Formats: sequence, structure tokens, C-alpha cells
Amino acid sequence: MSKRVAIVGIGYSGFRTTSTDVSYREMIYEAATKCYEDAGGIHPQSIDSFVASSEDFMEGISIADEYVPDQLGAVLKPVQSIAGDSLQGLASAMMQIKTGELDLVTASAFSKVSNLSSYENVLAYATDPVYVRPFQENPYFIAGLEMNRYLYETGTTREQCAKVVVKNRYNALKNPVAVYGSKLDLDDILSAPPLCEPLGEFDKSGHLDGAIVLLLASEDKAKELTDKPIWIEGIGWATDTPNLDSRTDTLGGALYAELAGKKAYSMAGINTPYNEIDFAEIDDTFSYKELQHLEALKLCGPGEAGELLELGSFAPAGDLPVNVSGGSLGIGYLHEANGLQKVLETVMQLRGEAGPRQLEDVETGLAFAWRGVPTTTGTAIVLSNKG
Amino acid sequence: MEEKVKVSGGTGLSGEDIKSGKIFLMDDSLDCAYAWDTGVAINRYLSELQKGRIIATKCRKCKRVMLPPRLFCELCYVPSNHWVYVQDTGVINTYSICHVHWDASRIGENEKPYLPAVIEIDGASDGMGIMHLLGEVDPDDLKIGMRVQAVWKPENERIGSITDIKYFKPI
Amino acid sequence: MRKVAMVGAGMTKFVRRALETPKELSYEAAKTTLDSCGLSLDDVDCVAHGTAPDAFDGIHQNGEYMTCGSGGWNKPSMRVFVGGATGVHAIVHGWHHVASGMFDTCLVVCEEKMSSAMPHAQGFFLTIFDSITERALQPNLLWIFALEMNRYMERYGYTKEDMALAAVNNKRNGLKHPASQFADEVSVEDVINSEMLAYPVSRLDVSPVSDGAAAVLLAAEPVARRLTDKPVWLEGVGWNLDTAYWATRDLSYPRYLDKAARMAYEMAGIREPDKQIDIAEPYDPFDYKALHHMEGLQLSPRGKTVELLRDGHFGMDGNMPMCPSGGLLGVGNPIAAAGTMKVCELYWQLRGEAGERQVPGNPRLGLAQAWGDLMQVSSVVVAGI
Repeated sequence: MSKRVAIVGIGYSGFRTTSTDVSYREMIYEAATKCYEDAGGIHPQSIDSFVASSEDFMEGISIADEYVPDQLGAVLKPVQSIAGDSLQGLASAMMQIKTGELDLVTASAFSKVSNLSSYENVLAYATDPVYVRPFQENPYFIAGLEMNRYLYETGTTREQCAKVVVKNRYNALKNPVAVYGSKLDLDDILSAPPLCEPLGEFDKSGHLDGAIVLLLASEDKAKELTDKPIWIEGIGWATDTPNLDSRTDTLGGALYAELAGKKAYSMAGINTPYNEIDFAEIDDTFSYKELQHLEALKLCGPGEAGELLELGSFAPAGDLPVNVSGGSLGIGYLHEANGLQKVLETVMQLRGEAGPRQLEDVETGLAFAWRGVPTTTGTAIVLSNKG
Repeated sequence: MEEKVKVSGGTGLSGEDIKSGKIFLMDDSLDCAYAWDTGVAINRYLSELQKGRIIATKCRKCKRVMLPPRLFCELCYVPSNHWVYVQDTGVINTYSICHVHWDASRIGENEKPYLPAVIEIDGASDGMGIMHLLGEVDPDDLKIGMRVQAVWKPENERIGSITDIKYFKPI
Repeated sequence: MRKVAMVGAGMTKFVRRALETPKELSYEAAKTTLDSCGLSLDDVDCVAHGTAPDAFDGIHQNGEYMTCGSGGWNKPSMRVFVGGATGVHAIVHGWHHVASGMFDTCLVVCEEKMSSAMPHAQGFFLTIFDSITERALQPNLLWIFALEMNRYMERYGYTKEDMALAAVNNKRNGLKHPASQFADEVSVEDVINSEMLAYPVSRLDVSPVSDGAAAVLLAAEPVARRLTDKPVWLEGVGWNLDTAYWATRDLSYPRYLDKAARMAYEMAGIREPDKQIDIAEPYDPFDYKALHHMEGLQLSPRGKTVELLRDGHFGMDGNMPMCPSGGLLGVGNPIAAAGTMKVCELYWQLRGEAGERQVPGNPRLGLAQAWGDLMQVSSVVVAGI
């Protein structure tokens, strides 16, 4: 099946640090309603299949899939949940359409992390119960180890990582849904309390609640529904080992990003990503991650990301604007919905709907999401508005 | 007729292997705390329970009276904020007599079995049931189709929870 | 539509408590599967894996943890999670991967280690109930089965003896399954006299909790034909989820399964499933469930299943053997892997490789189904040779 798949509807709600007035089901209902309306007023019963992305422990429910259908309008429809990042869920939705058997598939995810009173415990439970958990370390230590190794191997500096924070949080000031937008200077970040050195408090993105629902369509259906379909040109995902001590690459590398990017570029027919990608929304759960991922995704040479950042290459006015939305550092970290946030911005830019953040003449965007500590899983997606 | 079924691994251990220390085990217990936002609809449901009433919402399109109340009809997919009180009586749709606790341990000699049931509440649409417990009834007398009535906790003990209703008893 | 076939299958023994870790169990099943068709991990383009509630293992993001065991290292590896239906749904998920044209081969691995949860895995099922409107009642998992079983029996005037027939049938079939540790010759009396857990559910109505893993290798048509002269085609897949408000449903009939089955039959071009399907592997975590599902699958008229079972229609020598593998009742129930075991059974049966369990008469079409979540989801796979 070589027919293309497009995103034809987007909807979101929440994007606050606490959302006590609504349950997650009500939040998804709002996001889904907006999405279906955005796609031209589709009734969910005419959608063929629904994919949700969630993790039980984040919600305190075993088998989170149970509570998915009602708020999406998916009662008595094919529904499945992917225990993974929402970009993987989107990949699943895309594959379903590419089989040729389904035309319209919804991809959704949400974060209600404010309801999780013991987030760091849950994060610790993702680490190996025999080899890592007994140390009873705050799980962010893994990010600290990685960051240290990354700085060592590439010669990137703490200051350069801090500049990612400055850039993204400043970009976020132009994003109405961003919560952490602010005008910071380097010192604010470097003098923030340390977390797991060299990671400091400000190198980590803050929590956010929010729900995002997207509607995907087969090529023919997409052209029927909208005159601004955003095509998925390529997608790829990969997982390196979950074991800290036996990563294929070093702790400073992001092989999963390289593999994911390779697959996405190959599908999209992209040979020189730096030239062919106009802008990117790159996972910045931690400051150093943005630089590490840019290099792994071949959007610049190894070890060059820090320098190019300082030269302004990744600023909104630069050659390759990265995280004009503000990224997770500026908007807030949406956990399982993180991937869809990156896609949301990419779609809005490609449609020309990004308001004050709108980039000029963009045709191809890349979104990349990582699943967070302690995982080594990432998904890359190339989107375009061409043809 | 050849057997080509491939089976490998899956080495069984006995309880004795573990008790005797023959197998090395590691323990951990999980400490996860959650504070779920009830949202608009369930917030109202719980507040009304605290007041000794059961409230539902009605869909303006299909006219279903939905319990537990929700802010949208999941079938018509439209918002529904038309609130309707329903009665605290109903009919047993199905029931069970359970001799184990939630953690699978057997109930003690002097403990009574749990009597979970699905109760179709009067005033709500056909088949609109909630799960709850039955009480003040001999398990042998239970029948599907039996009419029951909620037994509430005294007002000062209600906290805005499904347990503000202690159980349903036959009428 | 791109044709996809199963070209290899393998599994571990299903045991009450396994020595192996979850990664080792997945590895055993995955390696056995690869060996069965002479392939190595290099030949696998992607991995679709399944494992059920993270709570059993006490590991958050359990799918990531399992990656090195399931063969997903440095590969596109994705975990689908639909509760008990995962065992069959992972094959559907794998089918998405290959039928989409994005991958040529997909290793589907499902694993479950329930024995890690102390004192008993059943306790963790408390968390499947609605956190606000149901958990405060301290429900046990058995409640939902008991409530459904009672309603089903009431609707058609079935008795416990009737339901026990499925346990007798499946456990007897399971005696011949090499991976089974639980098979037993039980009589109807044994079942109805066993310890009452939650009326009408007695101990022997329930499948045994176990640890285990199972895997299947999927390949696109050109690859499948190169690898074997007996590829087992995935003719049709279907899946469906009903409302979370389970107490508002008709518990005597699984309408979500009805829809999932019709979806699979339509894809497979099957008009009369009760005549065309040769082997049925409905999900049987409880004996009544096998019958409940046969009706939802349109393989038996509503209210007539017990009659047909008594008449031998679903026996090993009957028109449509039900659970020739022995099912969950006979082989064991490691939640996510159980459904995959059923799919493996179809693979072996349709190729004539099921040894003592072989259904006679060269069966051509088989069906496997799994069920899960808050008793509202089902996945169906129709396989043919």
C-alpha cells in the first residue's frame, strides 16, 4: 500500500499545571470535539478506528484502555491502546490506514500528571527492579549520567545546554497554550539549584496536564475533507536496550533517535535532512536532549549542535528553527501526550495557523519525541504540506 | 500426524522452593498515590450522594437518562448538562455471593459474604445500572428481578462517595 | 490488501510460578519461534509485543523493560495493551505493521508473569474498576465474572452443570498439550462441587493463573512463500471495544464481540461462519465465557450453545472442535500470552502439526479470539491455509 496518509483534524484542551475542574475524560471530550469539528464536522461513529496512548501507572488504573471509548465517541468501535509514546500511537493509526482496510483513524493521548501524587516513585518503578531500583536514587540520576557523558563526548558545554532553555522558554512567550514561557538569562539557569548534576532544576521541563486528539485520513478521504491536509511523509520509531549498562551506543548517545530518524527519512525520500527539513519540534524534556537529538537525527554534525545554537541557527529566524512552540521546556511536559504536542505544532505551522509564531514558507517539518527517563525509545515523523 | 509444536522454557517452581530459600527472590512494594480530579459530572454525582440523592444527566437528543451522570452522551456525542434526579430504588439485574476479599483471601468464619450486584435504578433509562452491594437479605433469597431500596449512611457520616449508600436492601 | 501469513510459532510451558524472569520467558518464546522457521533476529523487521497490567510485574512501562527479551533491541518495537485481549490483539497489531507495507516481517511476542504479584495477582485487579465510582466498594475481579455468568445463566435457563461442560471439554483437550501443566480430567461433578468463590463461580470454573509466553512470526506474502510451503494466512482481523459503563450493558450477550467477529468475517469473505469455520478457539478464562463467546462469534445460536456442546458438535470429533488446544482452562492463563497460545494452536492445527491434538479432516479455516479490559473488548483473528 503506497497511498499517503494525512492529518486532517486537530484538537486539544487543558494545557495547565493543574486541571481540577475537569476529569481526564471531560478533557479528552473537549479535545476530540474540537478535532472532529476541525476535520469538517465528522461524527465519531463514522471514524473507523481509534488509537489511544497511555501507561497504567500514570493514571492509577490497570488497563487504561477500558476507559478510552466514551469520550472519543468510540463506543462499539475498533479501539486499541498503545502502551507507548503518543507518536507511536500515531504510527499505529497510520499503519492501520495503510493496510487499505480503514480510512479514518483517531490518535489521542492526554496527561493528567497533576493527579499523580507520587510521580518520582512511578518513574523509579520504570527502572530495573533488580539492578537499579535497590539504589533508591531519584530516577533523574539517569539523565544526569547521560548529560555528563554527552558533554564529555561532544565537548558541548553546560552553558550551551542552558541556552536551549533560554531559547525555548522565550519562544513559549508567543504560544498561547504555553505555561512556562519566560524571559530568562543564562545566569538564571546556571545558578538554579542542582538536580542530578550536571542537570539543574531549570534543565528539566515542568509538568503539564493536557489532552490532544488528531484525526488521520487516507489520501482520498483527506482530499474530500480538507484543502489543507498535512501529509505524513515518513515515520520511524526504535528502542535501544532498557538496560543502563548495555546500551549499544554510549550513555551519551541517542542511537534510538538515529534509527528512528533513518527510517522516517528513508520513507520520506530525504537524503540530507539539514537541507530538506525546514523546521523541527525536537524532544527537549531535558535541555541537553535537544542538542543530543539534533545530532542523532543528523540535523547537524556530531558535537555541533551547541555551537550552532549559539550562532542562532536554531532560533525562529535561523536556518533551522527548532522548537518555535517553546518545546516541553517552554510549554510544559505532557508525558504520554508529548509526541502529539510536537505534531500539533508542526501541523499548525504547515497549515499557516501558528499565529505570532508562524514561520515563513515552510513545507516540511520534523517532529521527534522520546519517552523520557529511563527509556531509550523515540519516534520521528516527517510532515509536509506539499501536494 | 506429527507433533511439531515448539515449546521451550517455563520452568515451574513450587511454593516450597520459595519458602525453603532455594530460589533467590527480591521484594519490593509499590508506593503510588493518586488524587483523581472527579471532573464536573462526577463532582455533582458525589455531592448529591452526600445529600442523600442520586442524580443523573439526560441527553437532549436520544433522551437517555444516564447514570452515572456524564457531561456528554457517548452515543450521540453531544454535551448533556440537563440534570435529573432519579430514585434510590431499583431492580437487581444480576448479583453474586462472594466468599473472598478484594485481595483473594477467603472471608473469615464469622464474616458474611459480599453481595455485589448490578442494580437498574428507577428513573434512569432501561438497563442503566450501577454496581453496588446488597444487604439485609439472606443470600438464598436473592433473585434477579428483585426490587431493592438504598440504605443510606446517616447524614453526618456521608462524605460524598458511592459508599454513602451502605447497600441496597429488598423492598 | 497485502497478504500476511504466520510462518513460525513457539511458546514456553505455562506454569503456576516460573523460574524465568519476564525477559527470559519472552526470549524463550521468541527464540523458539525464530528457530521453528529457521530465521534469526536480523530477519525480523519489527516487534509487536504485549504484556498485561504493569501492576503484576510492579514495573512501570513494562514494554520497555521487556524489549531485550522480546527481540526489540534497536528495532521498531511497539507494545499494544488491551488487557486480556492482548494475546490475540498483538497479532492484529502485527498485522497492521506488515499489511501496511512498512515492514515485511514482524515478530509478535506476548508474555505474562503473574506470580511476581504478591500475595496474589487477583488483588491487583482492584485497580481495573473505576477509581471513583466503584473501587470504594472493594470489588474483587471475580465479581464481574460472577455477575455476568449469573445473568447469562438466567437469560437462557442454563445451570452450573451446563457451564461446567466447557471446563470438562477444554481441560480434557489440554491433556494433550505439551505446554500444559494444568490439564486434568475433570467431571461435571468435580466442577460444581469445587469451592464456591463468588456465586455462581466455583474454583474449577476458573482457568489457572500462570506464567508463560508465546510468539508468532508474521511475514508478507513474498517472504512467507519463500520461507514455507504451508504459510497460514491471516484472512481476517477484527476488534471492538464497548462502553466503559459496563453496568449499562446487556451482560448476557457480548455485542462488542459480535461486531469484532463481523469485522473479521467481512475481511475474510466469510458469510456463514458457523458452517465455514473448522476450528474455534474462543477465549475461555472461565467456562461460561467459552460459550458466551461462541454465541458472540456467531458460531452458535444464542441460547443453543449448551445443546450443541452436549450433542458433540464442538467436541474433537465434532463439526467444529472448540478449544482443541485445551484453552486457558486446560493449558493455563498467563493473561497476555494466553490469546497468543490460541493463535499458535491455529498455526499448528492448520498445518497438520498438532500431534495428538490434531483435528481430523484437514481443517482449512480457524478462528482465535481473546477478550479483556473491563469485559468490553475483543479481538478476533481468522486464519486459513
